[in-house]
Amino acid sequence: MADENRKVAFICSKGNLDMAYPALIMGWAALGNGIDVTIFFTFWGLDMINKNRVDHLELAPVANTSMKMSMMGVNTGNLGIPNVMGILPGMTAFATKLMKDKMGELEVPPVREYLQMLVDAGAKLYACKMTVDMNDLKKEDFIDGVLDIVTAGDFMDMTEGSQIIFI
Amino acid sequence: MATRTISGKEIQVNEEGFMTNPSEWDQEIAVELAREEGLTELTAQHWKIIDYCRQSAAMSGAAPTLRNITNGAGVSTKDLFVLFPKGPAKKVAKISGLGKPEGCV
Repeated sequence: MADENRKVAFICSKGNLDMAYPALIMGWAALGNGIDVTIFFTFWGLDMINKNRVDHLELAPVANTSMKMSMMGVNTGNLGIPNVMGILPGMTAFATKLMKDKMGELEVPPVREYLQMLVDAGAKLYACKMTVDMNDLKKEDFIDGVLDIVTAGDFMDMTEGSQIIFI
Repeated sequence: MATRTISGKEIQVNEEGFMTNPSEWDQEIAVELAREEGLTELTAQHWKIIDYCRQSAAMSGAAPTLRNITNGAGVSTKDLFVLFPKGPAKKVAKISGLGKPEGCV
């Protein structure tokens, strides 16, 4: 098989709900096609594997130019959600719920379950040492599938020959 | 569109080797296709998954995604990847005589 040795590595640096999904979806597709997957979580991306944070990732409408009024079911074309509205209490929770509902309709699993699927399918998850130290986190703070806390140099060693995708 | 002969029967396949007419499929063809994919033996567990895929596709018209399979056939992700190693998404669909799964999950 031609793609037997193909390897993909993702660097997840964001903790927003919308930015959690790209690596999960592409990683799952890769595993389904027989491609090895490694994911390195750094900076805010650590929220994705933090036991206390993974179920509470959010999407904020402030300064997000792609969020339109029409997403809230109002037929207003290209009119954006005004930033001043986005700062109202509850707007982040509202946008988050909107996205979670849409994902649910498409039968896309929540982040914690998705990560478990990836781990069960053979993905290797690592946390970035520098940002783990910066946030005073420990291995026990992470979900079970996380194999280790490694340095950037370790990551470079373990992803030799991989295609690397930064998110 | 091409045709090929497998276990004595002529079947239609696309350029990637997926069968294009699910009604031409039978269990002997599945065994042969599985062998081509590196699976020397199809166990009861394999058949449970293949049967589920056939039924699901008969209802929906498309090959089920991996998550559909784990939920619908009652098999764990781990087992699915052990039973059909190195890329179950395409492998299961191909052996089941279906096209590539169209969903992302």
